Amino acid sequence: MHRYMLRRLLLMLPTLLGVAVLVFLLMRVVPGDIVEMRFAEGQFFNAELVAKERARLGLDRPLWRQFLDWLWGMVRLDFGLSMWSGNPIAHEIALRLQLSLQLALMATVVAVLLAIPLGTLAALRQDTWVDYVARVFAIAGLAMPSFWLGIVMFIILLAVFHWIPPMVFTPLWENPWQNLAQMIWPALAVGYRFSAVAMRMTRSAMLEVLREDYIRTARAKGLWQRLIVKRHALKNALLPVLTVIGLEFAFLLGGLVVTEQVFNLNGLGLLFVQSVARRDYTLVQALVLLVAFVYILVNFCVDLLYGWLDPRLRYQ
Amino acid sequence: MQLGHNRWCQGWLLALALGVVVLMAPGLFVLAQEQPRSGGELIMAVPSEPPSYDGHREETFGLIHPIAPFYSLLLRVDPNDYTKVVGDVAERWTVADDQLSYTFTLRKGVTFHDGSPVTAKDVKASYDKIIFPPAGVVSDRQGQYTVVEAVEAPDDDTVRFRLKWPSASFLLSLASPWNFIYKADMLAKDMHWYEQNIMGSGPFVFVEHVRGSHLVGKRNPNYWDKGKPYLDGYRALFITDTAARVATLKGERAHIEFRGLAPKQRDEIVKALGAKATVQESPWDCILMVTMNHEKKPFGDPRVRRALTLALDRYEGSRVLSQIAIVKEVAGVQVPGTPYATPPEALAGLAGYGTNIEASRQEARRLLKEAGVEGLSFTFKNRGIPMPYEPLGIWLIDQWRKIGVNVNQEVIEAAAYYKVLRAGEHDVAMDFQCGYIVDPDLDLYKFLSVDRNPSNYSRYSDRVLDELYDKQSRAINPEERKQYIRQFEKRLLDEEAHYIMTLQWQRIIPHSAKVKGWKITPSHYLNQQLDTVWLAE
Repeated sequence: MHRYMLRRLLLMLPTLLGVAVLVFLLMRVVPGDIVEMRFAEGQFFNAELVAKERARLGLDRPLWRQFLDWLWGMVRLDFGLSMWSGNPIAHEIALRLQLSLQLALMATVVAVLLAIPLGTLAALRQDTWVDYVARVFAIAGLAMPSFWLGIVMFIILLAVFHWIPPMVFTPLWENPWQNLAQMIWPALAVGYRFSAVAMRMTRSAMLEVLREDYIRTARAKGLWQRLIVKRHALKNALLPVLTVIGLEFAFLLGGLVVTEQVFNLNGLGLLFVQSVARRDYTLVQALVLLVAFVYILVNFCVDLLYGWLDPRLRYQ
Repeated sequence: MQLGHNRWCQGWLLALALGVVVLMAPGLFVLAQEQPRSGGELIMAVPSEPPSYDGHREETFGLIHPIAPFYSLLLRVDPNDYTKVVGDVAERWTVADDQLSYTFTLRKGVTFHDGSPVTAKDVKASYDKIIFPPAGVVSDRQGQYTVVEAVEAPDDDTVRFRLKWPSASFLLSLASPWNFIYKADMLAKDMHWYEQNIMGSGPFVFVEHVRGSHLVGKRNPNYWDKGKPYLDGYRALFITDTAARVATLKGERAHIEFRGLAPKQRDEIVKALGAKATVQESPWDCILMVTMNHEKKPFGDPRVRRALTLALDRYEGSRVLSQIAIVKEVAGVQVPGTPYATPPEALAGLAGYGTNIEASRQEARRLLKEAGVEGLSFTFKNRGIPMPYEPLGIWLIDQWRKIGVNVNQEVIEAAAYYKVLRAGEHDVAMDFQCGYIVDPDLDLYKFLSVDRNPSNYSRYSDRVLDELYDKQSRAINPEERKQYIRQFEKRLLDEEAHYIMTLQWQRIIPHSAKVKGWKITPSHYLNQQLDTVWLAE
């Protein structure tokens, strides 16, 4: 098991290196750069200003030199400075990570609380009204983008209650009510869509497991249905659901761009889009690497959880 | 009888007095309400965040709105009359008879937020950084001060600017909202210090800035203008999404957004807030222009360029587009209503500004035929920003179609847009200008020959135009200056049609009726120190 874990961890390195090369090159291929973005609208924009600023940002050095300097920084966990703000990238990310993490966690909790019971119930009551209601619920969740749902929430809150959520993030420990007043709405909007995906997977997996011989045996032995579902069926059905939840969680950390805009959440998704639009190379590179790392780590954790859930899969 | 009559008179007089009081009471109440009231926190929504804190370096309003309140200027535009300049750190000034020297006497008692006094040394150091930046230091508006020979500080209270030639706009250029007064000692230690730090002498003191979220300032108790600022503080919320900003105003989570909103958004806010909202509107010193690359055929031919401007029914466009976009007035080279704006009779004489659109379009077709480009088609490059690039782009294509010109629009992402223009890769494209001060020197600079101003994306050389620019810049007599400006405008928009002006932007600010003491100006960079702003109950 330990050898397996070590091997998986070491495999992260070439994956991250590949991502680093790809994002470095892609950003430089895309037209436009940060100097143009920042100064080109000015009445007195000229070549001297461009040269000065590019030199300051190190953009006048050869590409290979820029890449190696940046990579060496990554190795030392020095993410460098944002080309746009001049602030340490670690600080820029840390500021937003808290909110994104909280939103991802809350949305995951909402999703799990909805998806697993509903999916299980739908499977147990297949082709009954319970099943149909649950499936409609899931299809609606898949059809409605979370940002659209967020906009609708905003409209209803404003029109009916003449109230909108706070626009500034307050950490949970500073003021729980203020924090939840802001975060519950995007968590519900995102969590609903997330739950739809997970619910359908749970239902499919449960239906498959419920048809297995060992379930038939358990029923034949006279075990209570509740016990069969909890001890035998659910545990096996959860394996693919876990993968889906893991991947969705990783996505939530940096992928909720439009939802963050709608709710004005100062999260990683918005930072991502802004840094690409600004051609803030160093920040984009750091964010892409971070997301890649999170995906790899989540997959790794999911694989470990598989082993815990299913003894057959524990690697020797 | 006498007694009864007296009592009747007294009663009548009393009733009259009471009636007067009752009638005057609302007015007195309003008067009391209109007196500035101290206290409260102004909350503003800002669509963009400052990249750094250095006003000498940046050019986004996203810096001015949250950061300007922390700083003083040498001169500023009068908050109540944008055509006038008043002293900020400067108390008074004199101009030499030959117009080549401006001497400013600084106010006593102006201090930085760390308690140290603001002296002439600080003003000189700040202006040296703007006008003569050292190696490695970017000064975005250095080109505005080529007229300055030197900045001197003969004593602690006196600053002198020596000029190379007389300049009609010099005082106004010193009132630039970007010219924050920095502390000389800080600059001496590190010229880049103000990029990451804030320490000014303005009406507010920096409290905190959470990137991507908000910025807070609190009242400067030692501000030189006693009694001001009225506010206890302000909070800038950075909200990039327009719908979220509008919702913030509708939900009364913010009092105001100082840049400007579209007509539909204004109407939404007014509908939601009713009497709790006020709207201020003004022509805006921003305009979209069509740039035609003179280096590419057939746009080097003035007949083709004139045809394209003659095709535009600007008055109908104004009527229709002002309902959906942030554009309104038909204007020449200066903002309507400002001192050097084009009088109606002069405007009507410019190509494309006549009221008989059919005659104009007939002339346009004739010119295209004469130039041998009937059935002309080209690609129009537009910037990937919805408002107002998108509606104006569609309007232009529609108008050109009416003279038989087929246009294909290519929308280019904002970050890549100016690279395309600077490389001259366009035939016809949308260009843009926003002035931070309404001044001909600033607004006309763009149209100088390309070797004098690389931002001239039409890429022409026109020495006549250059000469007219220099003449108007040095004409101290306003009437003489107007004449040169009119000649410049005629050549730019009519004779040569180097550029095509679309419609002047319209600045629309719907805000909470509680916000008082702030008057809209044609520039969203002006009047942002917030020292005159107060909140009604």
